[in-house]
Amino acid sequence: MTDQKVIEVEKLVKKFGSFVANDNLTFDVCKGEIFGFLGANGAGKTTAIRILCGLSRPTSGKVLVAGIDAARNPEEIKKRIGYMSQRFSLYEDLTVTENIELYGGIYGMRMKEISTRTADLLNRLDFQQYGNTLIRSLPLGLRQKLAFAVAVFHDPDIVFLDEPTSGVDPITRRQFWEMIWETAARGITVFVTTHYMDEAEYCDRVTIMNEGKIVALDTPAALRANYGTDSIEELFVKITRPKTAAV
Amino acid sequence: MKRFMAFVRKEFLHIFRDYRTLIILFGLPAMQILIFGYAVRTDLTNAGIAVLDNAHDEVSAEIIGKLEASEFFEIKFHLTSYDGIDEAFKQGKIKEVVIFPENFGARLTREGNATVSIIADGSEPNTASLVTGYTTAILNDYSSTLTRQLTSAIPVINPEVKMYFNPNLESHFMFVPGVITLILILVSALMTSVTIVREKEFGTMEVLLVSPLKPWQIIIGKVAPYFFLSLVNVIVILLMAWFVFGLPVRGSVALLIAECMLYILLGLAIGILVSSSVDKMENAIFISFLTLMLPSLLLSGFIFPIENMPKIYDYVSMILPPRWFVEIIRTVMIKGGGLAVIWKETLILVVMTLFFMALSARKFKVRLGEGTK
Repeated sequence: MTDQKVIEVEKLVKKFGSFVANDNLTFDVCKGEIFGFLGANGAGKTTAIRILCGLSRPTSGKVLVAGIDAARNPEEIKKRIGYMSQRFSLYEDLTVTENIELYGGIYGMRMKEISTRTADLLNRLDFQQYGNTLIRSLPLGLRQKLAFAVAVFHDPDIVFLDEPTSGVDPITRRQFWEMIWETAARGITVFVTTHYMDEAEYCDRVTIMNEGKIVALDTPAALRANYGTDSIEELFVKITRPKTAAV
Repeated sequence: MKRFMAFVRKEFLHIFRDYRTLIILFGLPAMQILIFGYAVRTDLTNAGIAVLDNAHDEVSAEIIGKLEASEFFEIKFHLTSYDGIDEAFKQGKIKEVVIFPENFGARLTREGNATVSIIADGSEPNTASLVTGYTTAILNDYSSTLTRQLTSAIPVINPEVKMYFNPNLESHFMFVPGVITLILILVSALMTSVTIVREKEFGTMEVLLVSPLKPWQIIIGKVAPYFFLSLVNVIVILLMAWFVFGLPVRGSVALLIAECMLYILLGLAIGILVSSSVDKMENAIFISFLTLMLPSLLLSGFIFPIENMPKIYDYVSMILPPRWFVEIIRTVMIKGGGLAVIWKETLILVVMTLFFMALSARKFKVRLGEGTK
């Protein structure tokens, strides 16, 4: 992790009519950092990610991703990032290799580069025997790992992971995080949302959003210390629980 | 462009990997051609009829002889009174009764004008209209020969009804345009809407949208293979029509293909519109089926003649693309007409295509632009 900033967000506001989905967000993410983005459903996480990915324009504020202005040049951002959604993002009726070739092609890689890298990737994942297997016939854990490998296949500056481990067993989740650490060590910034609070502890820094605002942003250790809680989970519930708790 | 080609390649992989898609794409047209060609023939052979001859003269006997001699009819009953009609119909062996009034022949030769009553079995409207149509044709045919004999001295206008485009009244001439219309709507609209919605349903659309592919590239990339396959389908159907049923394209093949391309574009535009309105594949199928398949089957004039329908259906069918397209195909294929004859129908389709393209482009943009989740 370095001090070089790859995401700079300053006073980001996003409104849908009179509804304020993102209220004055300000944060930076550094190169090679694992940045956790937490918040209850409807807190405004998805809206913020959509803006960072160039899918949606900010209403006001400054958003730079990989040095590119998200308001002016969202299409350029798309070339520099990788993305993996909570829903499974590979094509089940295509083989492992075909999926890799597809995404490599979409991201403008040369055929030659794609084939050498594919061989390399299958080696690294210990996937050699699966090259011509349809995704459909792979176990869920392997699919999820492959989906992540494909998301960073073109060496993006930043990879956005939107709840990448939902519905995955604990062992695969653990292996998945090992892949995330390796990726971050290669200098790729990892921007991850999750609902698993133990995973939040794995991040370099964590942001908690509530009702469109950032309510906490620091390293997991510092957050726990500041709020006097034992875990991020406890902290999360403390911060985001509505004051008039409806049970 | 390279990104785009990688995407199109993937779409072809989807299609060729899924045998169900392949069956729909290539099996269905072949099946439909054969089914409509052989089984569901709407032409007539040996339909049972009854005659009630109150005239008992030379002319009526001659007409009855003609009816009997035609391969279309088989006279089951020679009735003697009106009372027998009801019973004859109830037995279900006859489709119509032809009634000659008293003094039929005399009136015809003297006044040049006489009436034959035809009563058809209305419980099968289609057969009824066919049977009466054939009978009328035979009557006309006879009266024309009769007039010719009688008018050696005084020239009178000779009413001659002739089936110009389909002399044997063979039905498969009419169903080929219908099958083309149906298949093109099925492949272009239904299958594209399903394939686009599938990306949404499986979550892969999100990943594509985040990728450097532009939204229009995604859409064009998804529909381009279907455009291509639809064309292949048209050619397969035309070749089958030619070799299996001996029905060549009488008009310009280039014009026919161009019109088909136009119709495919229209289908694709509708398919994209459907796909941008729904999030589930079942809904896409349901909407496509309800709004496209049924109307093209029922209201295009392909199976049921629009002229036989109540006027309101006639107006409804005017806003449906298949009606115009069936007309175009019939004109070019069977009558050999050129653009000069079908420019109006073509123009209507062009306007419809532009309308649906604009609408779906707009809808797609709106949904992508500021969708909340």
